Amino acid sequence: MINRQVDVAVIGGGPAGLSAAISAKEHGANSVVILDRNSWPGGILPQCIHDGFGVEETGESMTGPEYATKYIEMAKQENVEIMIQTMVLQFDEKQNIIAVNKNGIHTIKAKAIVLAMGCREKTRWHAMIPGDRLSGIFTAGVAQSFINLYNIMPGKNVVILGSGDVGLIMARRLRFEGANVLGVVEILPYASGLPRNVVQCLKDYDIPLFFNHTVTSIAGRERLERVKIAQVDENMVPISETEQELKCDTLLLSLGLIPENELSKNANIEIDEITGGPVVDQNFETNLGGVFACGNCLQVYDTVDMLSLDAKRVGKNAAKYTDDQKQKENGIRLLSGEGVRYVVPQRINEYGKMQLTLRADKPKDVSTLYVLFGAKEILKKRLPWVNPAIMIKIDVDISSKVLESGQSLEVKIK
Amino acid sequence: MKNFHVAIIGGGVIGSAIAWELSKYKLNVIVFEMGGDVASATSKANSGVIHSGINSPYGSLKARFCVEGNKMFQSFSEKLGFPVKWVGKYVIAKNKDETKELERLKKVGIKNGVAGLEIIDGFEVKNKEPNVSCLEALWVPTAGITLPYEMTIALAENAVINGVNFSLETRVINLKKENDSFSIETNKGTFRNDLLINAAGVNCRDIVSMIEEPEFNVYPCRGEYLVLDKNYHNLINAMIYPVPPKKQGVLGVHVTPTIEGNLLLGPSAEFIDDLADKRTTKKMMKTLMKEAKVILPNLPDNAVINAYSGIRCKLASLEDGGWADFRVEESKQTPAMINLLGIESPGLTAAPAIAKEVAKMISKHIKLETKNNFKTWKFREKRFQEMTQKEQSKMIEKDERWGRIVCRCEHVTEAEVIEALSNSLGAKTLSSVRYRCRAGMGRCKGGFCTQHIVRIMENQFNMDVNDIKLNSPFSNLFHGRTREVEDD
Ligand SMILES: Cc1cc2nc3c(=O)[nH]c(=O)nc-3n(C[C@H](O)[C@H](O)[C@H](O)COP(=O)(O)OP(=O)(O)OC[C@H]3O[C@@H](n4cnc5c(N)ncnc54)[C@H](O)[C@@H]3O)c2cc1C
Ligand SMILES: Cc1cc2nc3c(=O)[nH]c(=O)nc-3n(C[C@H](O)[C@H](O)[C@H](O)COP(=O)(O)OP(=O)(O)OC[C@H]3O[C@@H](n4cnc5c(N)ncnc54)[C@H](O)[C@@H]3O)c2cc1C
Repeated sequence: MINRQVDVAVIGGGPAGLSAAISAKEHGANSVVILDRNSWPGGILPQCIHDGFGVEETGESMTGPEYATKYIEMAKQENVEIMIQTMVLQFDEKQNIIAVNKNGIHTIKAKAIVLAMGCREKTRWHAMIPGDRLSGIFTAGVAQSFINLYNIMPGKNVVILGSGDVGLIMARRLRFEGANVLGVVEILPYASGLPRNVVQCLKDYDIPLFFNHTVTSIAGRERLERVKIAQVDENMVPISETEQELKCDTLLLSLGLIPENELSKNANIEIDEITGGPVVDQNFETNLGGVFACGNCLQVYDTVDMLSLDAKRVGKNAAKYTDDQKQKENGIRLLSGEGVRYVVPQRINEYGKMQLTLRADKPKDVSTLYVLFGAKEILKKRLPWVNPAIMIKIDVDISSKVLESGQSLEVKIK
Repeated sequence: MKNFHVAIIGGGVIGSAIAWELSKYKLNVIVFEMGGDVASATSKANSGVIHSGINSPYGSLKARFCVEGNKMFQSFSEKLGFPVKWVGKYVIAKNKDETKELERLKKVGIKNGVAGLEIIDGFEVKNKEPNVSCLEALWVPTAGITLPYEMTIALAENAVINGVNFSLETRVINLKKENDSFSIETNKGTFRNDLLINAAGVNCRDIVSMIEEPEFNVYPCRGEYLVLDKNYHNLINAMIYPVPPKKQGVLGVHVTPTIEGNLLLGPSAEFIDDLADKRTTKKMMKTLMKEAKVILPNLPDNAVINAYSGIRCKLASLEDGGWADFRVEESKQTPAMINLLGIESPGLTAAPAIAKEVAKMISKHIKLETKNNFKTWKFREKRFQEMTQKEQSKMIEKDERWGRIVCRCEHVTEAEVIEALSNSLGAKTLSSVRYRCRAGMGRCKGGFCTQHIVRIMENQFNMDVNDIKLNSPFSNLFHGRTREVEDD
């Protein structure tokens, strides 16, 4: 058993973990360690070889590996320790972490913990796709890693289910590698990935996008041979007359991401059922004092830029906590009302200015966003349009009176 | 052409149990299995229940082998190193009519020699199983659970260690009887042997028809399952069964805990035309959820992490009630051919007893002399995940590959994956890794570990990417390389 103590321990060395760790160091934490189970730091970025990373943050467009390298360099300069091939097995409310690597089992006592475990992809069974169990079904991210990291082709004739960003990007990537992409099938009437990806990855390459469609069955003996797709009605039920068969050897699933929070759940951290991430306050602190969450394990962000910026604030808060381990009040709740899928933070326990991030539940034209304290409008903002694929950020000022009332706030989009 | 005393067709639990039983004797034995590994058909796709023997009529082979087999499981499990858990089962009655059925089951059970049966009231059941509501239940303490594929693999690997030959990816295409021996034609050549054992599961009739006109029919009956995330294992402690439906000769949709802490819902029962049609269907997924909720209303809707199906080899049609007994017999027309027909549920439980019976039948043809170098080897010791931290540290100290986690959901290490790939059967598919060490069996379904396993296959076992398969001979995972990798 290898024992040690640190100020801040960061679980996960993707962009969120790197950025939080750097910022914790910059804000006075003495020792910061990142634990990552992969053989490289950078999280999912090394496999995202397309560009477009960093535009919002720095104005410069980078590829995923370039973006990651930039952060890894900064982390090195700040003397952040990065332990790779190190898997965290558990942590508890006293900030004790148990991790394993080739040197043995490590017990790490941290003053503050930052959760940055990222997310995993939804599988065939989240969509309950029936049919044969055969080879040729990959999640889009797994296919991406095989092509971009290992030079291995998952297949030749490909159908993609789900229009998430990873799926859209993979449609183009597979086309570049000479595969025949028969189409992207999306059950909703709109794409779940970013509009720019729909244009740059599908439209520009004449790859068909079937809205209001789903895969109804998967068939083949050993390797996938064909899938059936059909249009769905307003209740998402496939209309059998519209069923058509696509001959393909590969089905990629881009059904969305699930924040990776098995560790958090085991430590009794409260999880928001909608975001799949921990319930946090305005400082990104979870219900366990001294445990903070950032990146895709908090909520699935649209782009890495926004995620890194938030993670920086998390690093700063964690550093602050190592100085002043104050137990906070529970505070008041921030609820998602009409038109809102979720809002982060879910709890507020300090007054003052803060940023809220939220998503609408469906696309709309001109709408108004309200933050309500009972019947009183604390904030009212006109939005030219809303799209669930694009996260909304707003600043609010919460007064001490509101906080002391103990009443919940509600966010609405009408 | 190679000569063998005994050839077994089929590497399911039945063929593997027979192979292991025969490996105790001085015999030359070969097993032909068309899949990429043993347990590639029904033996991996069932409920994994060690049945007690209450469900088959007194005097039937099903009852006899089930009760005998059940008693052999504990020592089998300890010797061979596959897990069993005696969780017990409740057959629950929701109304007065059903309680009569409990009485009947109890009577049959006692007659069959099942111990400890008890009818208890709903209130008491609630104490033990807070999520289950019923009027009365039959408590069956001798029912247990196992991992059917681990059991089959353990039997087969032990047989190999004791000299049995397993020929995987080998399909028997034709059979001929010439003088006193059989000539077996396969995609890997022709073999000759004295005794033939047909343990081809749902394909048993095809095998018979290669050599004689079968006087029976097989009516395949598909059973679909849903697997739930481990987060819900606390919902039940024991297995919860409904009173068996009157028709079809099946036990009904039940909720079963698995050894690994998941929950199984199923199986459905649907007579189908094509015995290889193992698909799962939307319709049944819905039905299973609905029926399982009748016995366990608190089941969550979105906790499914997998679905699969198994095909029952029934010798009676739906019209005839779906029930027929096992047939374990030597063919009258073709002496020295031993057929195992209609080995549906409780075939897994019965396997150890059936194997003993088959050895007895063989002894009538060949004198069975025990080997003195017969050994048993534990298929697996503790998994990394099951070890204490102290034990884990020790393993890593000895071999650092125990410190590299390959499967994030089940915490499987590189050392365990390499051990799985080094199995004595020579099975090297992704599924053969999954079924041996559980990498890829968790909630992310291989999202993280597949790439690591593929790397290990390429780098440490010199496999070509184009030869990497999911399970069966044509289930290739990849389509070559995007470009040649340069060494630098
Ligand atoms: C397949 C995929 C493709 C994407 N493509 C794009 C894109 O093209 N453009 C874009 O803007 N965004 C893309 N994203 C999103 C973007 O990559 C993410 O927003 C960003 O990587 C998330 O950063 P993160 O640090 O939260 O998580 P990650 O980058 O996923 O990093 C999390 C890290 O935590 C580690 N970890 C988790 N659990 C443990 C544990 N128990 N012990 C040790 N380490 C652990 C993981 O190994 C991983 O390295 C993609 C995401 C995915 C999943
Ligand atoms: C839905 C369902 C639930 C069940 N639940 C239980 C339970 O809970 N408890 C219990 O005790 N029993 C249960 N059973 C029964 C049990 O699973 C079976 O009795 C048992 O697995 C049968 O084993 P087997 O070896 O005969 O068949 P299989 O496992 O099907 O093996 C036959 C093998 O023969 C091979 N083969 C076929 N043809 C050829 C050929 N021409 N050449 C080479 N190889 C060939 C196949 O590839 C296959 O691997 C269940 C069955 C089903 C379908």
